[in-house]
Amino acid sequence: MAKMTLEQLRKLREEKRRDLASREVDGKEIQIIVGMGTCGIAAGAKQTFDAVVEAVNEFGLGDRVVIRQTGCMGLCYVEPTVEVAMPDMPRVIYCKMTQDMAKDLVRKHLVEHKLLDNHILDRPAADIIKK
Amino acid sequence: MAYKNYILVCGGTGCESAKANEIFTTLHHEAEAQGVKNDVQIVKTGCFGFCEKGPIVKVLPQESFYVEVRPEDAKEIIAEQVVKGREVKRLLYKKNAKTSDTVKLEDIEFYQKQFRIVLRNCGVINPENIDEYIAREGYTGLERALFAMKPEGVIQELKASGLRGRGGAGFPTWLKWDLTIKAKGDTKYVVCNADEGDPGAYMNRSTIEGDPHSILEAMTICGYTIGAHKGYIYIRAEYPLAIERLKIAIKQAKEYGLLGDDILGSGYSFDLEIRLGAGAFVCGEETALLQSLEGKRGMPVPKPPFPAVSGLWKKPTVINNVETYANVSVIMAKGAEWFAKIGTEKSKGTKTFALTGKINNSGLVEVPMGTTLREIIYDIGGGIRGGKALKGVQTGGPSGGIITAESLDQPITYESLSALGSMMGSGGMIVMDEDDCVVDISKFYMAFCVDESCGKCAPCRIGTSQMHAILDKISKGTGTEDDLLKLEKIGKAMTKASLCLLGGSAANPTSSTLRHFREEYLEHIRDHKCRAGKCKDLVVYEIDPVKCIGCGLCARKCPVPCIAGEKKKAHVIDKARCVKCGECFKACKFGAVNKK
Repeated sequence: MAKMTLEQLRKLREEKRRDLASREVDGKEIQIIVGMGTCGIAAGAKQTFDAVVEAVNEFGLGDRVVIRQTGCMGLCYVEPTVEVAMPDMPRVIYCKMTQDMAKDLVRKHLVEHKLLDNHILDRPAADIIKK
Repeated sequence: MAYKNYILVCGGTGCESAKANEIFTTLHHEAEAQGVKNDVQIVKTGCFGFCEKGPIVKVLPQESFYVEVRPEDAKEIIAEQVVKGREVKRLLYKKNAKTSDTVKLEDIEFYQKQFRIVLRNCGVINPENIDEYIAREGYTGLERALFAMKPEGVIQELKASGLRGRGGAGFPTWLKWDLTIKAKGDTKYVVCNADEGDPGAYMNRSTIEGDPHSILEAMTICGYTIGAHKGYIYIRAEYPLAIERLKIAIKQAKEYGLLGDDILGSGYSFDLEIRLGAGAFVCGEETALLQSLEGKRGMPVPKPPFPAVSGLWKKPTVINNVETYANVSVIMAKGAEWFAKIGTEKSKGTKTFALTGKINNSGLVEVPMGTTLREIIYDIGGGIRGGKALKGVQTGGPSGGIITAESLDQPITYESLSALGSMMGSGGMIVMDEDDCVVDISKFYMAFCVDESCGKCAPCRIGTSQMHAILDKISKGTGTEDDLLKLEKIGKAMTKASLCLLGGSAANPTSSTLRHFREEYLEHIRDHKCRAGKCKDLVVYEIDPVKCIGCGLCARKCPVPCIAGEKKKAHVIDKARCVKCGECFKACKFGAVNKK
């Protein structure tokens, strides 16, 4: 890169801040959890995961969202499954989230705060550890 | 682009020497081999500070904190965590090895009481990538100085922050800079003292290795403030990794126009050069360092004139320690008010310490000023190794003194440590337990000072070797009580008359142990006894004929050999030939070998 001016430095900082923020967990209010058991992976969860990562970036939400993978949620018959938790929205498990659904998921749920009616499967079981 | 997982591998020297680099390359290799190259970003960061359990590998976003990782583990980390999303349980940090409770990073006591300002980026960013530094408020301090402040404004900010030099003496940083502004001269210089030489200290090395840009930024701010256009980083050649990262950082900063001509279009120009020191302890003393920087033999010159008036090539020079600079960048970025809230009334901010010796969690720690030694040793350090009793803590290396268990609850400030007969020093903290002998320790530090004395002034040159000779005599059991008075007398003379602080503080370890542990010195002299068993000439090994069953194990272990005896009958040590290595003592399963 050529020498920068003050404006360019500020712009670069803003850009890089978001990149780096996608690493952190603290202070992020939205969680997207992709079930990645063998069943999920076989049903295309890996592609879904990548597509979710891409979609989150596309909407510029990298600094607010944690994307995690987890093991099998036990819903092997409707994989891939994706759980979304965010403030002011019910915690939802979506089923049959193939990669082409990812963009819809991010746009509707995260941006427009609407549920994807056809894909809602369940709300998560009570967490006995947290109580 | 965003990734599914981020693997942070510690790239500090401690972990590097434990094959962290091999782990790093193996992780890359495995990620490629297992086809997940694009899912994971593998980053080498600076020191995490938890060196005791290194090499450290941290995986995000799960926050898995892996300790004592080996290159062979890389395959499993990729296969389990990146491919399948499962933590590798056996590598997780365990609070207590007996239970299998694994601990989250934020629950590790090691980090709980720490407050990381200087080490804010260590273990977080990739030190070889300027973008990551910039992303974490990097170069905002410089921005503020260049575009929103006049030099006087920077001085006011530093004054309000209360920052004092972290090299040991605690001179107010703003005053040092201000004196240089007021000194007459067209050419002025900025120098960074990265000649960290205390035995057991590595805070500065880790700071540079983990966050080199914070030093570059602060030096540029300093240059702007005092009207200098050239700076030098004087760093010892034994720090190859730190030097490499500094070189990369300087190159990147120049490419971005954050160093060099017309920085960020402000019209201000500043350039930096690295100068390597050959590793002489005395070159940590500022006037000796400047001599060495000029290409002369590193020997101190009398002060005044101070470097602020007549420093490098007789020009006004600001010379600050690495840690001081690392604080300047933060103060300029976050403001003096924020900084002044941390610490005590007279000692603001935090201090980094390299915690080593007989401690469970040796490593790099940073605590707010005013934290007590007890908190550092027991809460952060996890207590004394093997549950033994604490004898004392040596702060300030060969220039400091021993702080005993009674003073553990003293809050750490510049003043409190001086009052205890020690000093802040650069931050080495060596913990000693009941198995350490004060005479042996004093002798070790004095030997270090004899080696490192530059020889220019007589009090230091002659004083250190005389004191060492007396300590050696005492350790061999041939000392007299009069010798203790001599030690004190020479020590006082050396403290008063030496040209620089090397000689001026060389007597500190001896005089402070004499004050706190005089009894132990007297035991060596009167009873020819070393209770810790460290002074080999005073230790005698004997076999208890009642307990000995004549297995012959000790005789087989003896390297001399000087143990004889018939099978199944009590053995005997030939004391005249015994070299006191202690192998028989360690080997005996029946407790028949006695150490006296």
